[in-house]
Amino acid sequence: MLAYEQLDFAGDCVMNYARPDGMEDALNLLADRSWVVLAGGTDFYPAQGDRPLTQPIMDISALEQLRGIREDDEYWHIGGLTTWADIAASALPPAFDALKLAAREVGSVQIQNAGTVAGNLCNASPAADGVPPLLVVDAEVELRSASGVRTLPLSEFITGNRKTARRRDELLVSVRAPKASCAGQSHFLKLGSRRYLVISIAMAAVRLQATDAATVASSGIAAGACSEVATRLPALEADIAGAALDASLPGRIGPVHFKDLSPINDIRGTADYRLEAVEELVRRAIGCCVEKL
Amino acid sequence: MSRGLIDLDFTVNGKAVSLKAPPAERLSEVLRNRLGLKGTKVGCDAGDCGACSVRIDGILTCACMVAAAQTGGRNVTTVEALAENGQLSRLQDAFLEFGAAQCGICTPGMLVSAATLLEQSPAPSREEVEDALSGVLCRCTGYRKIVDAVMHAAEPRSTAETPSAGDAIGAPIRRLDGEPKVTGRDVFAADDAPDGALVVRVIRSPHHHAGFTFGDLEAFVAETPGIVGVLTAKDIPGENRFGVIPPFADQPAFAEDACRFRGEAAAAIVGDAEVMTGLDLSTFPIEWHERPALLTPNAAQKEDAARLHEGRDNNILIKGRVARGDIAQGFADADAVAEGQFETPFVEHAYIEPEAGFARRVGDRIEIHACTQAPHMDREAMAVVLGLAGDQVRIVPTACGGGFGSKLDISLQPYVALAAWKFGRPVRITYTRPESMMSTTKRHPSEITCRVGAASDGRITAFELRGTFNTGAYASWGPTVANRVPVHGSGPYFIPNYEAEATAVHTNCAPSGAFRGFGVPQGAIAQEAVFDDVADRLGIDPLEFRLRNVLTNGQPTVTGQVFEKSVGIGACLEALRPHWSRAGKEAEEYNAANGSGWRAGIGIASCWYGCGNTSLPNPSTIKVGITPDGGVRLHQGAADIGQGANTVITQICADALGVPVHDIEILSADTDITPDCGKTSASRQTFVTGKAAMLAGYDLKRRILRHANVSEHASFSIGGSTLSVDDADATRTIDLRQLPVDPDGYVFVALETYDPPTRPLDENGQGIPYAVFGYGAQIVELRVDMALGKVHLVKITAAHDVGRAINPVLVEGQIEGGCAQGIGMALMEEYVPGRTENLHDYLIPTFGDVPEIQSLIVEVEDEHGPFGAKGLGEHVLIPTAPAILNAIRHATGARIRRLPATPDRVRQAIREAQGTNV
Ligand SMILES: Cc1cc2nc3c(=O)[nH]c(=O)nc-3n(C[C@H](O)[C@H](O)[C@H](O)COP(=O)(O)OP(=O)(O)OC[C@H]3O[C@@H](n4cnc5c(N)ncnc54)[C@H](O)[C@@H]3O)c2cc1C
Ligand code: FES
Ligand code: FES
Repeated sequence: MLAYEQLDFAGDCVMNYARPDGMEDALNLLADRSWVVLAGGTDFYPAQGDRPLTQPIMDISALEQLRGIREDDEYWHIGGLTTWADIAASALPPAFDALKLAAREVGSVQIQNAGTVAGNLCNASPAADGVPPLLVVDAEVELRSASGVRTLPLSEFITGNRKTARRRDELLVSVRAPKASCAGQSHFLKLGSRRYLVISIAMAAVRLQATDAATVASSGIAAGACSEVATRLPALEADIAGAALDASLPGRIGPVHFKDLSPINDIRGTADYRLEAVEELVRRAIGCCVEKL
Repeated sequence: MSRGLIDLDFTVNGKAVSLKAPPAERLSEVLRNRLGLKGTKVGCDAGDCGACSVRIDGILTCACMVAAAQTGGRNVTTVEALAENGQLSRLQDAFLEFGAAQCGICTPGMLVSAATLLEQSPAPSREEVEDALSGVLCRCTGYRKIVDAVMHAAEPRSTAETPSAGDAIGAPIRRLDGEPKVTGRDVFAADDAPDGALVVRVIRSPHHHAGFTFGDLEAFVAETPGIVGVLTAKDIPGENRFGVIPPFADQPAFAEDACRFRGEAAAAIVGDAEVMTGLDLSTFPIEWHERPALLTPNAAQKEDAARLHEGRDNNILIKGRVARGDIAQGFADADAVAEGQFETPFVEHAYIEPEAGFARRVGDRIEIHACTQAPHMDREAMAVVLGLAGDQVRIVPTACGGGFGSKLDISLQPYVALAAWKFGRPVRITYTRPESMMSTTKRHPSEITCRVGAASDGRITAFELRGTFNTGAYASWGPTVANRVPVHGSGPYFIPNYEAEATAVHTNCAPSGAFRGFGVPQGAIAQEAVFDDVADRLGIDPLEFRLRNVLTNGQPTVTGQVFEKSVGIGACLEALRPHWSRAGKEAEEYNAANGSGWRAGIGIASCWYGCGNTSLPNPSTIKVGITPDGGVRLHQGAADIGQGANTVITQICADALGVPVHDIEILSADTDITPDCGKTSASRQTFVTGKAAMLAGYDLKRRILRHANVSEHASFSIGGSTLSVDDADATRTIDLRQLPVDPDGYVFVALETYDPPTRPLDENGQGIPYAVFGYGAQIVELRVDMALGKVHLVKITAAHDVGRAINPVLVEGQIEGGCAQGIGMALMEEYVPGRTENLHDYLIPTFGDVPEIQSLIVEVEDEHGPFGAKGLGEHVLIPTAPAILNAIRHATGARIRRLPATPDRVRQAIREAQGTNV
């Protein structure tokens, strides 16, 4: 472990910053006491502001094994420390195009170079751009602690605005998507008040898979920034199942498919507008997928 | 956590470094404070501005979000690495060539981002540049010139223009103070402080309105190691009151028992730097007692509303009024009338440099080094607060990373000065971004109703405008706004029957002050909108309508002022004519070719703006001297906040004096060495200080020629200590070393003052408010995504009458930067106290939000301005927002009445226009 033996300890002799380079060390430390996890720092530092750092920090950025993308027979795996820039440059299949598009829209180049997928999910902002594109490929998160691994569907992992099911002794080590859900084409659209460096007013991710007869075999459709937690739109997915994959498809979408969303009114947009906009974004994203198929 | 330090070894700009630092300290702090690499700037500490951009192992990152420990063993490169052996890289050179650096605070981040891109793509496209640099915000340039510089960085160097004697005016020379801006060596407010300076941090109200009581301050100081002391209102030796307009001065440096706005200072803590940075301000013993807050003029004007200031009934600070002719008759004569109500929010200046500076006590004097737009005003204000004579206060402006009006008011100065005075040690401060945003002035929110009547031939018969301005908790520039709005409310048009009134109302919000245009942009939004509406009703083309009503030489303005020459608005509108018809045709074609999903539209708006103080004296004094060794020194006291005063004033003086501009050495603003050049505001520096520089240049030349006993048509040149004078028949040389030297070290010196001629306004606002107006008009072309309400700007064509373009590149820089701020105001900027106090939630335009801008420089010479020049700085922002709103209306039929025109508001307006308001 890249421990800080030379580190001065705070009064009660507890290590206040650790940057382990081995998984086991990291998990053992996490089991011992409560740490704030630091990855790319792009949510961590802005949230800190000018307040002094008072909690022990576990800097996981040296856990190189958590960075990168690989596949096995069943899954695509995206390591927790994989950055947005890594995603954008990766050779993931078209079902992840939505994720790649989202990656290019996260903040700016600087943010994409530092910010990680795990950080985005663990920070659990309702406007996190990474969530809808991962929802549409039925992503699951792998959480590891000294006592073992558990896997949760992403939809169950994020439980509310800035709330997750992560236990404090766990690290989000990877996100995986079953290959069966990684078929077809996908698209992502984000709406903001300016071109770059903008938090979404609303966003949509769509993945469509075609049958040989050019109808919808299966789909994943998710809306972001329109509820406390980004969510799939099962009613819409059900309604378009089997529908012809042509220019008429976007026309099948209506307000009824969005009635379970609960957007907020805030400085970025009104609730009514968000509902209207996300419907339009979904319609357009579906249109783009149809074109690509 | 700051107690633990780790040993850190890494490479910076090719050199190995070893140091100790807290492991989670931001890399930006390590670079700046521990390694002295101040080229890396900090604008937000939150990833939003990109000023701190550096490369780690080649990867572009924000240093403010990197933990020190993460750099161990890695390679960090900063802006300081770009120049090699003192030679600027071609990229840096291109930034100077294209005028890509104005204030320069964003420049290091831009350069590092651009260098990263150029490694991968040596000849990038515009889109590639925008994508690659999009993480860095610039508030000055409007980005276009930065993109140009990067796109041309692969081309061979061009030699910088160095005009010979007499040829400086009109030459697009590079900024004379530009080089340090591209090397990272320029010293901004946060970049310099004496070693061992203490740090002061301010305790501010978390509530819009709250009383407070202190706990045991002595115990707090005694029990917190490293704290030297606490400052409160009781520690102020002079008067606890300041204000930019002395008769209205009402703002305390420290609130006495209650804070009137969120962010107002109640106390300050002074201590050793290490301790202060790690200090948790919430441990300070203060108890807040929240009180009901008045947040809108409406609430504040209610009969039973509490009064913020004694003697200001109904919380009204001041009303301004201009009336001319008979509006009742004018409206009776109208064939068509249009009216509207418009609302604009607080707008934040959002310069990338938060306020910072330091003070030190030197004997019985205090020296304040800080970013400012108004050194001499700071000096007067600080003398009052400190109870000192004016000459005991020295203000040394640092390089200023943007101001736009807010750095006219004092902010941090009292805290560093009081602390340095009391504790006898140098004291520094750097505002955090939220602190800067919540505590400093804003653009006034406005609610404006206006009405215009016109005859069937398109001539305006009457115009009426009434505005209420939320002036916040303190007066600041509220009176100026209340006066400027009615004077300018007509726009640059001839309006026989006119009435305009502006009321500034106090609320428990941050003080509203000066922001590029002093309320005039808000008024223009309303006025230019109803002009379009009435033209529409009469079936007259918007440009045609404006041309029919344009103010011309010999016609009285709404204050009854008549200009015999120099009214340039007609020329601006005429210059736009071909662009207007092209743009109209293109929009039509676009709409015909595309369905109803996207609609194209075009809009136009004009501006005029009086340069200098409204009917008040505002002299500038310039000194220029020649040393025995032949140096020409210009004491240039106009604060250069990026707009280019150092360059323009020098160009003017050079030609008046008759020496090459590059031979002049500039002594920049410092109240000990430069005479008072007034404030950098009201678009007055090129005009007023420029005129003083011209007069001083002429006078110095006259003195030299007189000494040489030759006619005033003779010319001279200086080569070292030899002055050669050429008259018709003979050449004489004078050995400067033989001449007597004055106490400042000059053998020849001139000191000239210029104060523009104005006359007071009477009770109807009639009089001569300004000696000079500048004029302009802009066309906006845009497209609207009808279903989402998103506005996509295509092009801005901006025609501005600057009288005489002293430096065309700087003129374009002002135009592009002003347009960008107008875009922000129109489409995205809204400051909500307590809600958008950072650059994450408060959005300003990025690289992708500013379209092509074509500048048409119009030169209708002014009779007063130096070499005919007029002011420009504020004008440029005024037409942009109204032209955008008019173009949205043209594209969609929707009239936006509440700014900013965010997608939700545009969409709502489209629904209303289409009659489908669900
Ligand atoms: C200027 C700016 C613009 C931004 N724009 C966008 C945007 O457009 N869209 C968007 O979605 N986000 C945006 N963000 C937010 C942020 O960049 C992303 O959420 C990013 O993915 C966070 O990753 P990180 O590694 O930097 O997280 P960190 O800041 O390091 O951590 C974030 C949180 O996750 C926890 N955490 C991190 N990794 C793990 C792990 N492996 N296991 C357990 N807990 C962990 C941390 O404890 C912390 O609470 C922006 C941020 C900034 C500063
Ligand atoms: S200071 Fe780092 S992004 Fe603003
Ligand atoms: S030049 Fe970019 S912020 Fe001033």
